[in-house]
Amino acid sequence: MFYVQIFWQYLEQYLKTRLAYRWDFLTQFVTDLSFQAVNLVFILVVFSHTTSIKGWTREEVIFIYGYFLVPFAVFAAFFNLWEFNERYIIKGEMDRVLTRPVHSLVQVMLETMAPESLAGALVGLLIMGWAAARMNLQWTIWDIPLFVIFVIGGVLIYGGIYIALTSISFFSDSKTDIQPIMYNIGNYGRYPVNLYHRIIQFVLTWVLPFAFVGFYPASYLLDRDHWMWLAFLTPVVGVVYFVFGVFCWNWGVRHYRGAGN
Amino acid sequence: MLSTYLEMIRIRFLMMLAYRVNYYSGIVIYSLNIGVNYFIWMAIYGSNNNLQGMTASQMATYVAVAWMSRAAYFNNLDREIAQEIRDGTVAIQLIRPYHYLMVKFFQAWGEGLFRLLLFSIPGMLIVSLVFPIHLPGFDPVWLLFAASLLLGFVINTQINMITGLAAFFILNNQGLVRAKRVLVDLFSGLILPIRFYPNWAQAILSYLPFQAISYLPSMILVKGIGGPALVHAFTVQIIWCVLLCLPIFLLWRRARRTLTVQGG
Repeated sequence: MFYVQIFWQYLEQYLKTRLAYRWDFLTQFVTDLSFQAVNLVFILVVFSHTTSIKGWTREEVIFIYGYFLVPFAVFAAFFNLWEFNERYIIKGEMDRVLTRPVHSLVQVMLETMAPESLAGALVGLLIMGWAAARMNLQWTIWDIPLFVIFVIGGVLIYGGIYIALTSISFFSDSKTDIQPIMYNIGNYGRYPVNLYHRIIQFVLTWVLPFAFVGFYPASYLLDRDHWMWLAFLTPVVGVVYFVFGVFCWNWGVRHYRGAGN
Repeated sequence: MLSTYLEMIRIRFLMMLAYRVNYYSGIVIYSLNIGVNYFIWMAIYGSNNNLQGMTASQMATYVAVAWMSRAAYFNNLDREIAQEIRDGTVAIQLIRPYHYLMVKFFQAWGEGLFRLLLFSIPGMLIVSLVFPIHLPGFDPVWLLFAASLLLGFVINTQINMITGLAAFFILNNQGLVRAKRVLVDLFSGLILPIRFYPNWAQAILSYLPFQAISYLPSMILVKGIGGPALVHAFTVQIIWCVLLCLPIFLLWRRARRTLTVQGG
């Protein structure tokens, strides 16, 4: 309850600061959209040269992409840890965070959240809906709760991996380029994994399980029962990776000694 | 004066050496990027051996060359400039006895040199062992490629400067910086060679500077283009190198006037 209250208060503050710089708010919105458009352009252009890629049609690939945008948008809204190293470690903001009554990770997440990224989820749902309509996809009532569970699982996977990566900042105060590049790898989880070599399939499934964020659950919703048991693993993998991430964070915080003297 | 700037290259080079974790992880992750793109493209080719005048083997080579070129021409100048504007350190830089943008430009050289020698060249060797790509042997085409890549580096750095300087006018341009990176990757032909776009898009892209960053140098090496096409490629690159100086100059002039608004 305490956390919910704090969340609303932060959200209120956030909207106030955001609306103070309206121009900034707008550019953020436009850049987010252009981000998503890029990948769609790739898919559309590629399919103007071929009718199917390893048995996957254009609509199927677009559907998976649309689905992927939903967990990704939720992740981007609440796990906005990109600048953590510069802002909290190098500038020493972490010392302030540690004196606060809520868990340090929650505190950082609340301070850095960017709820406007949730617009991406809407775009994703529209893309998904468009592709589903083109394919005359049959929905059952179970698809809705499954969809929600899969999305939560995907967010936890993404969040867990990024929290773990961010925790590296506690051990070295130099900047790392790992996070932005990891973003690229995350993107590969939205293509049908049977495109890739076995080693990459393995990595995307069991090491950096981004395939659970996009491909496995989306292909199950597409009625491709072949990937069913992997799709159902999504929430489990999500919890495992999230717990791992939080563990890394707590370990890092204990290790943290501050950047000052 | 020149020696001051040359010193900037050296210092930045050594600074990059200090971040060794970045460097090792970079090679692994670039290789992974190439791997994934390679498999996507091979799946797209499927049973076709030729799409848009490029064979599957040329495509594989293109993916490797384009990503390894990116490792060389990429730099963080956009983010650095934006950061220094936001936290006000740019004000201190302005009273120092050198030109701020020139310093940034030479720092980019240091970074570029580092990334070329410790990222791209070793990365290329590793990648060529793993993937079936066909690179020319000892051939003058390498010199042409090197010259073209150099121009691509300059153009990319100029675009980074423009994006960074935009922070003077848009208070928080992190989103802009990130979006620019994605757009450059798309429009420069890294993710999608320009000739794969529909004709109308190719026409538009031919008037934009992005193709000069990645597509033109990569095609010189992969397709071994010569004659008028080669002259055209270099002309386009040189024109953009010159043209892009203008917006940088204008942005910088206006930025210096508005600097006091944001304080330091």
